[in-house]
Amino acid sequence: MSLLEVTNLRVTLQTSRGPADALRGVSFSMARGDTLGLIGESGSGKSITALALMGLLPEGAQVAGSVRFGGTELTTLAESALCELRGNRIGMVFQEPMTALNPLHTVGRQIAESLRMHKRLSGGAARAEALRLLERVQVPQAARRLDSYPHQLSGGQRQRVVIAIALACGPDLLIADEPTTALDVTIQREVLDLIAELVAEDGMGLLLISHDLGVMAETVQRLLVMYGGTVVESGPTAAVFERLAHPYTRGLFAARPRLGLARGARLATIAGRVPELADLPRGCPFAERCSLVIDACRVALPPPVPVGESRGESHYARCIRVEA
Amino acid sequence: MTEALLVVENLAKRFKLPREKLFSAAPEVQALAGVSFTLHAGRSLGVVGESGSGKSTLARLVMALEAPSAGRVLLDGLDLHALEPAALRRARVLLQMVFQDPYGSLDPRRSVLQTVAEPLAVLHGASRAEQRERAAEALDAVGLRATDLAKYPHEFSGGQRQRIAIARALITRPKLIVADEPVSALDVSVQAQVLNLMQDLQDRFGVTYLFISHDLAVVDLVCDEVIVLHQGRIVEQGNPDRLFTAPQHPYTQRLLAAVPGMPQNPRTPPSRSL
Repeated sequence: MSLLEVTNLRVTLQTSRGPADALRGVSFSMARGDTLGLIGESGSGKSITALALMGLLPEGAQVAGSVRFGGTELTTLAESALCELRGNRIGMVFQEPMTALNPLHTVGRQIAESLRMHKRLSGGAARAEALRLLERVQVPQAARRLDSYPHQLSGGQRQRVVIAIALACGPDLLIADEPTTALDVTIQREVLDLIAELVAEDGMGLLLISHDLGVMAETVQRLLVMYGGTVVESGPTAAVFERLAHPYTRGLFAARPRLGLARGARLATIAGRVPELADLPRGCPFAERCSLVIDACRVALPPPVPVGESRGESHYARCIRVEA
Repeated sequence: MTEALLVVENLAKRFKLPREKLFSAAPEVQALAGVSFTLHAGRSLGVVGESGSGKSTLARLVMALEAPSAGRVLLDGLDLHALEPAALRRARVLLQMVFQDPYGSLDPRRSVLQTVAEPLAVLHGASRAEQRERAAEALDAVGLRATDLAKYPHEFSGGQRQRIAIARALITRPKLIVADEPVSALDVSVQAQVLNLMQDLQDRFGVTYLFISHDLAVVDLVCDEVIVLHQGRIVEQGNPDRLFTAPQHPYTQRLLAAVPGMPQNPRTPPSRSL
């Protein structure tokens, strides 16, 4: 049975410019042990997807479609029941560890908090477990660090603490939203390796959100490329990079500076800019910026078109111009 | 050989930290130690390193925003940190800065005209009409329109805001632009537009860049020479082709090894835009 089943998820946000379709029918599923990546630029809907899964959307947001987690429908679940899931069966790691941690509480207390709340552990037992978790995320001198405050730790160590909090209750699903964007490249490598290792050991599902193609290529098995509130391409990571079926995926790939490009080489750019969610076109959200656009692209949102199969996993692109 | 525009000699900076105990001496941190390099006019020098390596301290010393503990910064032959305040103000026309975060570096209450023309008003005492004309010119150079002058920062996307920040840097016709992580806060497709723009401006106006970035691929693309900073010292220096293919210092090797790799894709189109 799949761990997470998202079907035709739609989210409408209330903005100063009227209702905005932040998600326009997102579907995917994950089993335990799966690693899935959501990639896209700002405004593509990747973070809104994560927030919708956890029931943390801003006030006034309307949700349609279905999110089934371990057989439970989350979109209609009461807030109190969601609280039981969050931090317990769904762990979260956010981008900026300094703001995710409370500066007024020690690291040990913050890790112990969810253990006391969800697992009803006593203070002593929770502290012992917090120490074990800190050791597990490889924070040096863990026993001393339990009583440290966030400002006394480096950025990489803080992110390890956030990961320890996310893992505290042994979640079935770990959602990591740009977990290494604020970190230096050598620290990023260590944190990514740590996440991959922990996910493999515990067999939980990993939903990784990132704008970094390189991070995705190294960390996840399947990839969803998001643009304008829709998944424009989905498939096994290697197949997506191999095929680059959607013109947007191709554009993203080409725009990336890579080591070894000639000095002064021009990067391929994508003309125009990401559309505002409040005035998304009726048809393909990428139509305005696409060089392959034809009239039919602007009529309706293209359906997912199969572009191939590799090792039994399907690969789709929402593009009517894709040569199957 | 072009002339040396920027010569940095033995630059060092120590910061005092808050004292940990009442009667102990305040601890010091050596943010920069013995940094020397020469940057020729019309070229780009990349500075790479991780947080705390001294990149931003170097930028602030070169911009004469802070005084060094030791060493000199010569810009066009002027010893910046030895100048009288009035002379330093005149010299500031020659150097401008572009910051990382275009959301934080533009004042939300000031129009694009006010923001872009500010260096002119402050440094030249230019007339209103001249400010307007030069601001329109600068906006044109970065691919924005003169009609954008009356708008405010919130009306622009991140990439456009960074163009405004670059226009503000260009308006004094500076010789040196210090760019501190100018594309780190931008999306991939927008980052490519801004990097292309910076290179075009260099071709057109002969601007010199001191380009600070943690992204090795960006530096490789833009810079003629690279210095690698680690704990305030230059650990390696050279041409990016050589430095990134055959790094000598263990720290450079570690930096390179940590860059997330990806299969190179033969299908990536060589065309300039899609």
